[in-house]
Amino acid sequence: MFETLSLLALQQYWWIIVSILAAILIFLMFVQGGQTLIYCLGKTDMERTILINALGRKWEFTFTTLVTFGGAFFASFPLFYATSFGGAYWVWMLILFAFILQAVSYEYRTKANNFLGKRTYEGFLFANGLLGTILIGTAVATFFTGSPFNLSSTISTSGEITMINQVNWESPYRGLELAFNFGRYATFVNLSLGLAVFFLARVLAVLYFMNAVDEENINKRLKKKLINNAAPFLVFFLFFVTNLLLMDGYAVDPESKMVTMESYKYLNNLLQMPLVLVIFLLGVVMVLLSIIRPIMAYEKCGSKAIWPGGLGTFLTVFALLLVAGLNNTAFYPSYTDLQSSLTIENASSSHYTLTAMSYVSLMIPFVLAYIWYAWKAISNKKITAKEMEDDDHVY
Amino acid sequence: MEIDYALIDWSRLQFAVTALYHWIFVPLTLGLAFIIAIMESIYVRTGNPEWKSITKFWMTLFGINFAIGVATGIILEFQFGTNWSNYSWFVGDIFGAPLAIEGIMAFFLESTFIAVMFFGWNKVGKKFHLVSTWLVAFGASLSALWILVANAWMQYPVGMRFNPQTARNEMVDFWEILFSPVAVNKFLHTITSGYVLAAIFVIGISAWYLLKKRHRLFAKRSIVVAAVFGLIMSLMNIHAGDESARQIAEKQPMKFAAMEAMYYGQTNAPLVAIGFMEKVDHDRDNINERQFAFSIEIPDMLSYLAFLESGAYVPGIKDLIRGYTDNDGNNVLSYAERMRRGSIAITALHDYKEAKNIAKNSKANEMVKMSFMEKADSLEALFSDQEWVDNYFAYFGYGYYDDPKDLIPNVPVSFYSFHIMVILSGYFLLIFILALINVLKGKLERRKWILWAAILGIPLVYIAQQTGWLLAEMGRQPWVVQDLMTTAAAATKNSVSNIQITFWLFVATFTILLIAEIKIMLTQIKNGPKEGGQ
Repeated sequence: MFETLSLLALQQYWWIIVSILAAILIFLMFVQGGQTLIYCLGKTDMERTILINALGRKWEFTFTTLVTFGGAFFASFPLFYATSFGGAYWVWMLILFAFILQAVSYEYRTKANNFLGKRTYEGFLFANGLLGTILIGTAVATFFTGSPFNLSSTISTSGEITMINQVNWESPYRGLELAFNFGRYATFVNLSLGLAVFFLARVLAVLYFMNAVDEENINKRLKKKLINNAAPFLVFFLFFVTNLLLMDGYAVDPESKMVTMESYKYLNNLLQMPLVLVIFLLGVVMVLLSIIRPIMAYEKCGSKAIWPGGLGTFLTVFALLLVAGLNNTAFYPSYTDLQSSLTIENASSSHYTLTAMSYVSLMIPFVLAYIWYAWKAISNKKITAKEMEDDDHVY
Repeated sequence: MEIDYALIDWSRLQFAVTALYHWIFVPLTLGLAFIIAIMESIYVRTGNPEWKSITKFWMTLFGINFAIGVATGIILEFQFGTNWSNYSWFVGDIFGAPLAIEGIMAFFLESTFIAVMFFGWNKVGKKFHLVSTWLVAFGASLSALWILVANAWMQYPVGMRFNPQTARNEMVDFWEILFSPVAVNKFLHTITSGYVLAAIFVIGISAWYLLKKRHRLFAKRSIVVAAVFGLIMSLMNIHAGDESARQIAEKQPMKFAAMEAMYYGQTNAPLVAIGFMEKVDHDRDNINERQFAFSIEIPDMLSYLAFLESGAYVPGIKDLIRGYTDNDGNNVLSYAERMRRGSIAITALHDYKEAKNIAKNSKANEMVKMSFMEKADSLEALFSDQEWVDNYFAYFGYGYYDDPKDLIPNVPVSFYSFHIMVILSGYFLLIFILALINVLKGKLERRKWILWAAILGIPLVYIAQQTGWLLAEMGRQPWVVQDLMTTAAAATKNSVSNIQITFWLFVATFTILLIAEIKIMLTQIKNGPKEGGQ
């Protein structure tokens, strides 16, 4: 069935899959957002335990989605894997360190004799929440604003060794310049998406707690936290989207494959792909509603708001990534060497590999189904202080 | 271009340290998951709450170990990109697939049902819980399958062809990669080694309780389950290891020679059971040659081990360099000849790229462009000519070298790690047999020396695991993809100081987390299980 598709169709199919995984990942980063709210929302030990346990039952899904996203990107667009991970070394390393620390923290936090103490593990969770969201958001923004690299696939036989392929990153800061080089306007755009993701993750965390936690004192604080985080989210998101729609983008000529700068490229992408525009607008509206409705009618809408919020996040991110990669656009552009920019065509795996992987992708709905089933089975009621006292596996 | 050896060495060191750290935790996850599943099955079958508390105790230790296994694991996947980006480019078309499948098929299975395993005791039915535990066990081994398929492919690349247009290897047969004999065997050998480790872990801790005269029924029950499981898996493990040695003899003869420290080939080759090496007085070929200061040999055994024939010829390191005639009478090329042919293949690729570039971009007239186009086409055709591929491209990686010395792995590391691993695997088998017989006869508590030997088994089984990977990975140097790509060509171009910083960060972070893990684990063990089915 997939064998008969053209290479381009497979590339597009895989760009959609990767975008879906990224969109799920950003939604699931409510876990990270929640990790930065533990001390704002929990004033006693028990309250913090409740919050951490509410997140602790979900953190592995976020983590596993990140790993799967990486694997799927590697299999379908290996040149991106080589270029971005090898090039923006420090950005990815910091993200990874943040996730390393997270992985032990839930399990070890309250265990006896845990060497570092409860507070340290809570600090690890906070660091993961802060760095993970901001840096991943910033990295996604570079899909539009570009990075400083060139690729040489010419062979140099001079000297001691022959290199066939080589990724050259043109900044000694290895990716950190994308977040901290304030001499370049694009840095502000990058960071605005990073901060938007950070505050969005906190908004989603608040909505998740409304849904999952039944503890009076925490619930009282949630509404205020929602407003406090929604406001900066909207500011940063609006800044990012405005810039995105107005900026020049990296266009690919479908015939010659040459990359050129095109005015209003991303706006044009939305207009030329009306379905993506609809998905985007729908997503944004759902996120807005999920913020407004609990503020207006907390009792009635609070505990359900995570669903439109989550779906809205998914749709918005999904649409943004489709804008980055489809419609003859370079999804990982180089601003120092336009022709080294990565497109879904020049960065992808072969027809054979994409076909094989496409069959594997048919398992994804099945995986989602059993995750859903298992979730329902173990979290059919809200988390309470009583459960924390009774259960023998509490983080 | 100059290669920066410091960069390569630090990149390798970083990968080695992170991989070895990760592998402290993975085998226990692999094996303990099955042992727990067996224990829970007994609980569900018998309804005896004692078995539930046995299950829950080992599950607690499983959870502590699992968390740090996850923490150390995430970095490995991404390091292929961050530190080995040229590798990812060269073979990503093949290598990425198993990593993606691992995530989709195995990791979600594991993480979803682990949640049920830990949080579901009072929320789901007994049967659903038991199924979840088994799914975690299968999920863990399934993830091992895919990453081992990927590793086996690096040791024995199959199912692909080189595409000169993209200058990379591309997959042409998924099933050949998945069912490559090296992959199947590596999978069996590695997962059963994990099962052996977990069984020793359970027996060792239970032995400690018996020595302390605590939780005696709990300990003996645990030992019965672990010893039976360990015995079966240990036999499978040794069998797969034996097969693995034969595969190495055939497919990676240099690694085979290194792991036996054999410089001069011979028929009726003896197996060195135990040996200590020293430098030779006159290293005529300047290859860091070693000889045995002391050794115990088993006559003919190496020939038999490698080729199932006691009279078979086993080539040594020097024969491999000079070329020799194998047991079927085929001429095996010398390294000098391989280097010559590899360099022809590299030049062909270089000329192809250049001709194509000129044909596409130069301002010369159409005639000249046409002639370059023809040249490019004829060179491109070489890469799909099977005879040329077998005779030239097959040695592509050798073209990077001009001194055979650089193609010899570290002999002492290969030799000692191989022998430590093999000797220890015999020790574990013995523990399983002794523990099982004595626990069934009711004599185990009196045989204190067996209990001590079992406790000693715990550090030893971790050493055996690490030496196994040292052999597998150090023994194949300098290849990252056997015969095609060297570690030097695979590394990301980066500054050494960046890698040094991340290296030390990893060492510090992982060591701190390891200390935390061990302290938590020991405290849990000291507290012991809650008796009475709580």
